[in-house]
Amino acid sequence: MEHLEIKNLTLEFGGIVALQQVNMKVRKEEIHAVIGPNGAGKTSLFNCISGVYKPSQGDILYENQSILNKKPHQIAGLGIARTFQNIELFRHMSVIDNLLLGRHHRFRSGPLSGIFFWGRALREEIAHRRKVEEVIDFLEIEKVRKKVVGTLPYGIQKRVELGRALAMEPKILLLDEPTSGMNVEETEDIARFVLDIKEELEITVIMVEHDIAMVMDIVDWITVLNFGSKIAEGTPSEIQTNPKVIEAYLGEEN
Amino acid sequence: MAIRSKTFRESYYEDIKLFQTIWIRVWMVIFLVLLATLPLWGNPYLIYLINLSCITVVAAIGLNLLVGYTGQISLAHSAFIAIGAYTTAILSSKAGLPFWICLLASGGMSAAVGCALGIPCLRLKGLYLAMATMSFGVVVENVLITWDKLTGGVRGIHVAKISVLGFPLDSDNKLFYFLLIVTALVILGIKNLVRTRVGRAFIAIRDRDIAAEVMGVNITAYKVMAFTISSFVAGIAGGMYGYTMGYIHPEHFTVLLSIQYLAMIIVGGLGTVLGSIFGAVFIVLVPELIKAFSRFLAFLIPALKGQYNEEWNIAAFGLLIILFLIFEAEGLNGIWRRIKTSFKNWPYTY
Ligand SMILES: Nc1ncnc2c1ncn2[C@@H]1O[C@H](COP(=O)(O)OP(=O)(O)O)[C@@H](O)[C@H]1O
Ligand SMILES: [Mg+2]
Repeated sequence: MEHLEIKNLTLEFGGIVALQQVNMKVRKEEIHAVIGPNGAGKTSLFNCISGVYKPSQGDILYENQSILNKKPHQIAGLGIARTFQNIELFRHMSVIDNLLLGRHHRFRSGPLSGIFFWGRALREEIAHRRKVEEVIDFLEIEKVRKKVVGTLPYGIQKRVELGRALAMEPKILLLDEPTSGMNVEETEDIARFVLDIKEELEITVIMVEHDIAMVMDIVDWITVLNFGSKIAEGTPSEIQTNPKVIEAYLGEEN
Repeated sequence: MAIRSKTFRESYYEDIKLFQTIWIRVWMVIFLVLLATLPLWGNPYLIYLINLSCITVVAAIGLNLLVGYTGQISLAHSAFIAIGAYTTAILSSKAGLPFWICLLASGGMSAAVGCALGIPCLRLKGLYLAMATMSFGVVVENVLITWDKLTGGVRGIHVAKISVLGFPLDSDNKLFYFLLIVTALVILGIKNLVRTRVGRAFIAIRDRDIAAEVMGVNITAYKVMAFTISSFVAGIAGGMYGYTMGYIHPEHFTVLLSIQYLAMIIVGGLGTVLGSIFGAVFIVLVPELIKAFSRFLAFLIPALKGQYNEEWNIAAFGLLIILFLIFEAEGLNGIWRRIKTSFKNWPYTY
């Protein structure tokens, strides 16, 4: 079954066409990579899915329902979480608070019960903290759980951002270059987490990734973008031998 | 058996307690006892200053919620304090309503107007937001002057004496406890608010609004909520001010007051409740210290006698604020945090 379907999606900024008639189908519980050279439109595609950009044409179906007219916070509420290419954490909050914010839409208590902080608000706060600790264990970031995020090293911040998205308990997770700027060891950690996210947490993962070796290792399906258009799609081995892809993307690196 | 140490906590509830070590609690108790017995040992002027501090603390907390926590600058704070003060004045003197209705109505009236101002301001940021809110402040000031049937115009308006359970609070000493309790309730309520869901959403909007939205925060609703709650608190402060002064006038609520409140939360520390308290007390008390210091100087150096006037006071005060902006970006709260870390378990150090 399609978990997410992109139909004829076109996005323009003034004269620039960032996405042109893009079609893409993401199946439930697969790891789906979106690759392509810089400026291909990968981040723009994510921004359309999470409701930050409004495409000029086409449709986005999530569990067979259009989410095109929904606001970003509503899309988050439906179960689509994401990380950002350039870390977008709340710098002045602790790791725990960042993750708790990921659970924002799962809270029921409003400002009044917050002010009094009795009964439900208190119970809710404790229950969500427990859940957040599970995510912290899962990503092995116990040591920094109380640290203010802005003071942490880059690699850890990336992991915390992943944690914030996981704390949402999403059904689909969008990862925009989760390993950029990381060394080999850190990249392997992330690859392992992504596999666990798919297999243990049963979350569908769509990731933009430049580390081709990692992509070939762990993903089930690849969509290749170039200048805003889809130029190929298929399994890793199909993509590896696709001449168009080699010319547009892989060739550039070798 | 549970082991207690600085970093180990027994439960998640321990994590979210307000006063986290036993010594912080002990010091809190000592401080509160001193404060509660103040009318027994303090002089009237000191009590008057503390009363003024209480009102200022409440209003500063309200502004910090909007500016420091949510990152929405506002120069309309004086207007919301004014709306609260006039609501209390009119309801208490013209309608003779009891104090708690007046105070809640003051908060409610300011909150309603704050909500109405928040909606058109949603798309504005930074300087544009500052301009819009400042204009609103000027409009309110003019309404207070021109709608003289209701507000008394430039003549000002009297506020009825407050009485609690038939017991009139007709001196600063008696008002002291009333103001202290209201202030304590506001501090507790807002402290709770900012450490739970709503407060986290406010900070998230301040730090990264797009990320906040993508994580599920309805930023439209939360910005309006920040305006509303901030105005509510300002309205309460206005009511407290009215009761304390007994007489209010449009000139008490000019844009200058808004600027002063901004200075307070910057000096105290943006985005912290404790910082608002420090900043407010600082602004109320420091001019007095400067005055005392200049008297002391004149005593040491007779040539300086008679040279002191209010302008020196204001200049010294301005200088202090500038020094803060340059040398202590985190405000008084930053200084306090450093002291606290070294004294966290004082007198026992592990
Ligand atoms: N907010 C924006 N305003 C104008 N142009 C944009 C904006 N966001 C992206 N673009 C343009 O869209 C194209 C695709 O960018 P992007 O999606 O970031 O590529 P990628 O993530 O694949 O490197 C680029 O030409 C970029 O300049
Ligand atoms: Mg990108």
